[in-house]
Amino acid sequence: MSTPEAKLNVTHLNAGYGDKAIIRDVNIAVPANSVLAVIGPSGCGKSTFLRCLNRMHELGPGAHSEGKILLDGLDINSGDVDPVLLRRRVGMVFQRPNPFPTMSIFDNVAAGLKLNRVKGNHAEVVEKSLKQAALWDEVKDRLNASALSLSGGQQQRLCIARALAIEPEVLLMDEPASALDPIATAKVEQLIHELKARYTIVIVTHNMQQAARVSDHTAFFYMGELVEHDKTETIFTRPSKPRTEDYVTGKFG
Amino acid sequence: MNAYAGRKVVNLVMMVLCGLAALGALLPLGSVLWLVVSHGVAGLNFTFFTALPKPVGEAGGGVGNAVVGTLQIVALACVIGLPLGVGAGVFLAEKGDSALGNAVRFTAEVLSGVPSIVVGIVAYGLVVVPMKRFSAIAGAVALAILMVPTLARGTEELVRLVPRSIREAALGLGVPEWKTSLRVVLRTALGGVATAALLAIARATGETAPLLFTALNNQYWNVRPDQPTASLTVQIFNYAISPYDDWHQKAWSAALVLLLLVGGLNLTARALTRNRLKGAR
Amino acid sequence: MATHTDKTYEHELQELRDRLLTMGGKVEAAIAASVRSLTERDSELAEHVPVADRDINRLEVEIDDMCRRLLALRQPAASDLRFITTALKIVVDLERMGDLAVNIAERAMDLNQAPQLRPYLDIQKLADLAQGQLKLALDAFVEADVTKAEEVCKSDDLLDALFLKVFNELLALMMEDSKNIRRATSLMFVAKHLERLGDHVVNVGEMVVYMVRGTDIRHPRSRDLAR
Repeated sequence: MSTPEAKLNVTHLNAGYGDKAIIRDVNIAVPANSVLAVIGPSGCGKSTFLRCLNRMHELGPGAHSEGKILLDGLDINSGDVDPVLLRRRVGMVFQRPNPFPTMSIFDNVAAGLKLNRVKGNHAEVVEKSLKQAALWDEVKDRLNASALSLSGGQQQRLCIARALAIEPEVLLMDEPASALDPIATAKVEQLIHELKARYTIVIVTHNMQQAARVSDHTAFFYMGELVEHDKTETIFTRPSKPRTEDYVTGKFG
Repeated sequence: MNAYAGRKVVNLVMMVLCGLAALGALLPLGSVLWLVVSHGVAGLNFTFFTALPKPVGEAGGGVGNAVVGTLQIVALACVIGLPLGVGAGVFLAEKGDSALGNAVRFTAEVLSGVPSIVVGIVAYGLVVVPMKRFSAIAGAVALAILMVPTLARGTEELVRLVPRSIREAALGLGVPEWKTSLRVVLRTALGGVATAALLAIARATGETAPLLFTALNNQYWNVRPDQPTASLTVQIFNYAISPYDDWHQKAWSAALVLLLLVGGLNLTARALTRNRLKGAR
Repeated sequence: MATHTDKTYEHELQELRDRLLTMGGKVEAAIAASVRSLTERDSELAEHVPVADRDINRLEVEIDDMCRRLLALRQPAASDLRFITTALKIVVDLERMGDLAVNIAERAMDLNQAPQLRPYLDIQKLADLAQGQLKLALDAFVEADVTKAEEVCKSDDLLDALFLKVFNELLALMMEDSKNIRRATSLMFVAKHLERLGDHVVNVGEMVVYMVRGTDIRHPRSRDLAR
């Protein structure tokens, strides 16, 4: 699946902490403007894989990783790539909504711009990002209110707006809806569908049905290995590997 | 039913005992306030706040220069001690699990146990001797040394309390680690850090021993940091150990002024912090 | 072979499978009875067939319900999904086959009231072929055997050829003597029903291939045209 239009191209990726390897020899390509869902049982390494894509993995104690990760052909793991600049091209949304508690809604969305000293009209960017995150109508009259005054689902969309404000090219989402109720989850999923047109999205989820609803391609990880990677429709109707079949039909454990 | 009634009685007894304990704890505070206010209020007037002290025997005079002096010395101590203390605290929280971090932590713990008079003597040796004079800056250094350890430990605890997710959110936006620590993590912990700083400042404002051989005292107005400076605490000390009733009265009044000053500092800083926490732009 | 972690789910799937097999067995019996009622001129046997058909219809409704329930509550994926959707489709063909058996039985009752037109040799052959295909298809389903399923699909041509032979023979009989027309027409209906049976069995075979392999082999010629 290594096509020239692949936005992300991972080859022989190994990563772990200390002498413990978490993921081994992962090879995968992600086409631009598509959604890749990463599924697998707990501890299979899917979060570690995700965090390698924006080099957040290396911030953990004793973390190490080897292998090539090409973003538009540029190896992000090479020595002369600044991880800080990388993270402005590859944004991340986390499992639990984590707005900055002492800042207002406006300041939260603009945080990436202000802290990175990005010049320009912040108010415009904030409005655009909140609209993209389908939150603008709900908060446009109270941009100065504390971010904590929003509900859980709104806070998560706020975090998405915050990530979008710095205009990344790739958006990584680590179980973004697992802390949300079904309606908020549906809104976030609809959002992912809309964002796909402009961004490349990689989403880790332990909810198989969510992966099925939201993604174009699905990658199944098991015990640190990428077992199968194919079109989502194929993974859920006729997977080729028996392990994938067992996981997807609930025969694990 | 008997067991239930018995439990209700025990509950009531315990509540009464707790209430009495709380009252007991409040008693010293109450008595301090009562005594200082009742004795000191008599000597309070406009002159007291604004005038210079008069020599023995002469009536009138005030502690104007001591108030200014205390504010000056404490302000200087803050300039030295706050960045050092908070900075050390942030360092310990972010990178404290190293050999250097452990060494710093250990040093802070030892320092916080050093008696204040010893700190005063150290400041004498460090600042007064090379400068060949007593000065406000020497006093400020002594007070700063007292502030830094508790401030560092307090800041460390508070910064550690900031959830890792906040840090990760900022890092995920492409903010460098140092900026994340200072402008995001510290900002989140600011409320608590402000309280810790206040406690440190209040302690410093009330210190007497370290100022005895650093800032010394001064009967006149002084704004130069390299000159001996009056302070409320030293002035209270001098007034209190004197044999004159008039000066004893002044000591009570000065004590009341000191209490008002520290209380005022507390309330102002609390009000400022509350506004920041509300996220006002 | 791994089983579902959720034992209740595993049990529900097994029950669905059992129901389908029961229905298949009843359809086989119905066809056999209706053919015998014709070839052995046993109208009493023929009368039982519509009665037994009620069971087949009931099973169709039950199986549909079970499938819908599984789809709603279990979100089946991969092989489970293919099995359940196959069940939904096979059940339609099986029920139609039951109806065809009833039709044959009705024709038999009618034919048995008049003298036999001629020995039912070719009709018997047609019936044997059709019943053989049905058994093969049901075995393919039970054993998840793609080879057997593909065989079923291929041998439908034989059935069609045999039907054409019977059709022409009966046509000749009708042209020979107009007194034969009524009986020959009834027999033609029977032959047609048996040929339709073969078509339904092919459907079952195709669905079994999909269930096992995940590839849809239906209407290959229509698909090629589209490409």
